[in-house]
Amino acid sequence: MASGNVILNEIEAPLIAKKAKPGQFVILKAGERGERIPLTMAEADPERGTITVIYKVVGKSTELFKNLREGDSYQDAVGPLGQPTHLERVGNVTCVGGGTGVAVLYPITRGLKGAGNRVISIIGARTADRIILEEEMKSVSDELFVCTDDGSRGHHGFVTEILKKVLEEETLNLAVAVGPVLMMKLVSEMTRPYDVKTIVSLNPIMIDGTGMCGGCRVLVDGENKFACVDGPEFDGHKVDFDQLIQRLGAYESEERESSMAHRCRLDR
Amino acid sequence: MIGDGGSSYRRSSVRSDFVFELGRSMAEKEDVTEKWARIGMPEQEPDKRRENFEEVPLGYTPEMAVKEASRCLQCKSPSCVEGCPVEIDIPAFVQLIKEEKFDEAIKKIWEKNRLPAVCGRVCPQETQCEGRCVLGKKGRPIAIGNLERFAADLARREGIEDVSPKAEPSGKRVAIVGSGPAGLTVAADLLARGHQVTIFEALHKPGGVLVYGIPEFRLPKKIVADEIESLEKQGAEIMCNTVVGRTITIDELFDQGYDAIFVGVGAGLPRFMNIPGENLVGILSANEYLTRANLMTAYRFPEYDTPIPRGRNVVVIGAGNVAMDSARTAVRLGAETVRIVYRRSREEMPARAAEIHHAEEEGVELLLLTSPIRFLGDEEGRVAGMECIKMELGEPDASGRRRPIPIEGSEFEIVCDLVIIAIGTGANPLLTRSTEGLELNRWGYIEADPETGETSIEGVWAGGDIVTGSATVIEAMGAGRRAARSIHEHLTREGRSPESCGV
Repeated sequence: MASGNVILNEIEAPLIAKKAKPGQFVILKAGERGERIPLTMAEADPERGTITVIYKVVGKSTELFKNLREGDSYQDAVGPLGQPTHLERVGNVTCVGGGTGVAVLYPITRGLKGAGNRVISIIGARTADRIILEEEMKSVSDELFVCTDDGSRGHHGFVTEILKKVLEEETLNLAVAVGPVLMMKLVSEMTRPYDVKTIVSLNPIMIDGTGMCGGCRVLVDGENKFACVDGPEFDGHKVDFDQLIQRLGAYESEERESSMAHRCRLDR
Repeated sequence: MIGDGGSSYRRSSVRSDFVFELGRSMAEKEDVTEKWARIGMPEQEPDKRRENFEEVPLGYTPEMAVKEASRCLQCKSPSCVEGCPVEIDIPAFVQLIKEEKFDEAIKKIWEKNRLPAVCGRVCPQETQCEGRCVLGKKGRPIAIGNLERFAADLARREGIEDVSPKAEPSGKRVAIVGSGPAGLTVAADLLARGHQVTIFEALHKPGGVLVYGIPEFRLPKKIVADEIESLEKQGAEIMCNTVVGRTITIDELFDQGYDAIFVGVGAGLPRFMNIPGENLVGILSANEYLTRANLMTAYRFPEYDTPIPRGRNVVVIGAGNVAMDSARTAVRLGAETVRIVYRRSREEMPARAAEIHHAEEEGVELLLLTSPIRFLGDEEGRVAGMECIKMELGEPDASGRRRPIPIEGSEFEIVCDLVIIAIGTGANPLLTRSTEGLELNRWGYIEADPETGETSIEGVWAGGDIVTGSATVIEAMGAGRRAARSIHEHLTREGRSPESCGV
């Protein structure tokens, strides 16, 4: 399924599907020369033996993923990796998602709802057509707020503006935020004064996903953690987001070069 | 671990004191005392090889091999064999080369070693077989590694295959976790004894450290691929992209009917310095740097999609073989300066002398008795420099090496835009933590019987770096060999037929 530059792939991977839990990720590689790309799963169906990922096309690798047609294969898929979300009944929970982060947030929200929590969800995107899984999120939330940057759907503005209101009006026991790093940072800063425990799901640069390369190290409470084996979820109040943002930009110029080279070949 | 020769701050094994014949060309004049003159292996010239990732030593010609083999004294009780972790009958294969029976020579090696093309290249012969050679006492030891490589390469070129008779199928199935040197050896040995093997590999390509760690210029990936293909031809099944401990557990492997399991997952958890600024962009573990270069072929970016940072002024921290591999990779990626920063002196460097020599030939500088204190970054969070302190050596520590002590007030800064940390690895807990009842030592490595590889779980064996910590390819292979023997005994033990197990 493809809508603009947001793509959904349902991938046959029975071994992974059998094991996958909300919050865990897989690493996909399109072809022989491809990169290993970590993506947190949106769905795992052990019956069908499939897993689902939803991602935004941002560079050459996701461009290659996008070009896969129904029936094509990823050359490599490995998982499930990382620690699953800790799903338990804590009371009132808010689930905040931005962009394709909502895909990751959905199974977590469903799990938290299933555990008996009251769930207030807030999802956002730049424009109405980039809002994903609205119906699904609605079905697993007690309340759902939708925000768009341009006001084309729901609240005109950022998810944090709604979150602020929710924090003022409700007594929350847990917040979960998945989306752009800046959004997760802002959510964490906002919940801190209310002392609401906040879980964020990180997606740093990594290669193997098994603790071997150390590329995904994140400073959490002043200590290095590997997102691939210790995460990908961490306490948002303890994550050094500014460092994470810098590290995510490590290969910006190479990414541009790679995309350019790829497009040039396509144009030929 | 990455590489084949121990991490920087760990290995304390003997260092041989003889001089290498490195870099000598075929044109080299023969020594008057011919018996003592070792035939050097031709190599790519340093200036040329700085520009490519092709293999550095070029191999012996048959004439050179025969000549070198002729130097062997054929000792009655050969100490070289004692120095070999897999006990290759060295005098026998050397003699066969001398007699120009090259195909018989390789078969003699295969009796004990399934990966001779690999071992001939990456074994630390100077501390093993060659280190014990009697010739070494008066002159230079026989070039056993070069000869092993010669025989293996010739067999590859001429398509000589191992046709040693295989045992009758036993009907037993063994799961091997990890496709590095230990796992591959277990697979080869068990196949030869008639058992079925399935190798589970976490990465997308089999070979473990041989593919992700050791660079192409030291061990061409084609060689590893060929060895693995040959195992597959013999019936090994290889499941890549399978993380035991995540995708499937040890218990589930037993549920699937495997009669025994060998764990050879390597060490693989990179160590960092834990000093300020270490998370700046441009500071990578050697594991990451080498995996990008080797497994992902990032040195051919953008032809391959995975990028690798190309530093102008590169610093490699640590002085083991992994550090040398990293430094030499950086040279080939176009760095203007590449410096090895090591807190002790040249004497204590854990890398093989041959690797240090190769690195220096290629322009790598050694900044010895120097320890980093902190990394300095620019406004974008990229590494721009490193503050160091000078060290002096005090009394020997637990490792037997003299302890480095900082010299107060000797701090200085160096400019660098890429830092590779090669100070060793620890135990990767991914599999061990998910396996109940598996006893570990206090460093997190698996407790296994050094003779048999048996662990605290019945039916589970372990060997290689996940038992010993960072060691060498051949030591992992030796552990694999011993474990395979023990697994075979276990599987064929009387009264343990499939019926009596209720299978």
